[in-house]
Amino acid sequence: MKVADFHYERPDSLAKALVLLSRDDADVQALAGGQSLMPMMNFRLAQPDTLVDLNALEELRGIREAANHIEIGAMTRYAMLEASDLVRKHIPLFSIALPHIAHSAIRNRGTIGGSAALADPAAEMPALLIALNATITAVSTSGERKIAAKDFFLGLYETALDEGELIKSISVPKALIENRFGFYELTRRHGDYAMAGVAIAAQHMAPLTGLRIVFFGVSDRPLDVTAIAETLEGQSATDTDIVEAACRAIGNQSLHGDLNADAATKTHLAQVVLRRALRGMNA
Amino acid sequence: MTQTCTITMTVNGEIVSQQVPTRMNLVDFLRNEVGLTGSHVGCEHGVCGACTIEVDGVAVRGCLLLAVQADQASVTTIEGLANNPTGRALQNAFQKHNALQCGFCTPGMLASAVEYVEGGGSPERTAIREHISGNYCRCTGYQSIVDAIADVLENASS
Ligand SMILES: Cc1cc2nc3c(=O)[nH]c(=O)nc-3n(C[C@H](O)[C@H](O)[C@H](O)COP(=O)(O)OP(=O)(O)OC[C@H]3O[C@@H](n4cnc5c(N)ncnc54)[C@H](O)[C@@H]3O)c2cc1C
Ligand code: FES
Ligand code: FES
Repeated sequence: MKVADFHYERPDSLAKALVLLSRDDADVQALAGGQSLMPMMNFRLAQPDTLVDLNALEELRGIREAANHIEIGAMTRYAMLEASDLVRKHIPLFSIALPHIAHSAIRNRGTIGGSAALADPAAEMPALLIALNATITAVSTSGERKIAAKDFFLGLYETALDEGELIKSISVPKALIENRFGFYELTRRHGDYAMAGVAIAAQHMAPLTGLRIVFFGVSDRPLDVTAIAETLEGQSATDTDIVEAACRAIGNQSLHGDLNADAATKTHLAQVVLRRALRGMNA
Repeated sequence: MTQTCTITMTVNGEIVSQQVPTRMNLVDFLRNEVGLTGSHVGCEHGVCGACTIEVDGVAVRGCLLLAVQADQASVTTIEGLANNPTGRALQNAFQKHNALQCGFCTPGMLASAVEYVEGGGSPERTAIREHISGNYCRCTGYQSIVDAIADVLENASS
């Protein structure tokens, strides 16, 4: 289908974009990479009155190094993250996961801010941001505020953003030399949304400490499973009894089925991805 | 009332300037307004890859970009790829390996392949498959497409 008619604006400053987005008498939506919004508009699942195209806003684009974190502008595209030396050096988990997000032509347009704002429960980026303890900076005409990634994703396509608020940037703590990361996802075809996936960040590997284990594609939001992290804390990731105990802990979570797999299958798949991600960290 | 915008872009080296409805996507603009019907339209939601074209040097989905967003951009469609040595080498390799049957996927497949080859992609088959994972082909079963792309990469390196 073709998109329904809409009014198009391409502001050249963030301040102007925020004013346009603050209108509450019409359905005004921000357009980032368009890799989710345009399909939704083509399906007519979304029919905004006005689109505010953020693509001219250079101030929202870029990857900057600070003392302890990397600050990423909301309009930074996946392809820019993939090509960035700063990301490779300081956010190794991104480098492992990025090739799994959609396909190259989609990554050439899709943005980190768009992915976070969309909050698709099967998307990789929200899970990565929680696992890495990232902080989201939101901005509106009334000012800026910071939201921890763990408090940002509230449900299916639901975030802590208020009406008229944009994601301005996302800050990700730099990895320390002793940190270890794991990632695994199961898809029908490379680049598809995951049927189940997991992102793992560990402060130390042997023994495992300071773990954060976040699943995606198995619930209505990224699932940070502290019970599994607790089972593994202080243990060895090569101990199969421990890994199996951690897998059993997923069985106690109530996972959500979808069109492709019911909840029981999701539970099985979550165990498979956890086992494989931990094995990948040992290698 | 439909909002329109006047846009100017370079398409295969030629300047095109026209008034378009803001709701028109880039691939419809190229096909219906500019008359370049080489780019195809399949799913219109980013999944099939038939509409893949090059905008400012990178492969993108023509169905997910509005024509107004390509204002001031440089666009290369399949019609322009024949002027690019990599594009021509790939077209020849596709013919040699029978990498197309109905040809519906081919313009998008070539656009993705050009980006891969020019970006220094590896001739390894799994890497090629990953790169073209966003382009559906309902005819060939992909083997011959991978053969053709690998052929170009191996010839370039030898
Ligand atoms: C074929 C296909 C396969 C895909 N596979 C995957 C996959 O495997 N994994 C995955 O994670 N994604 C996948 N995607 C989606 C892709 O990653 C999108 O790019 C991403 O989800 C949204 O980013 P965007 O920049 O394109 O945002 P848009 O589509 O432009 O916007 C999405 C939503 O976010 C809002 N928004 C955008 N930017 C901001 C901002 N800065 N502040 C506030 N709100 C904002 C918009 O208003 C809109 O509601 C796929 C897409 C396609 C077409
Ligand atoms: S028509 Fe654009 S991806 Fe299918
Ligand atoms: S040749 Fe027919 S779809 Fe690929």
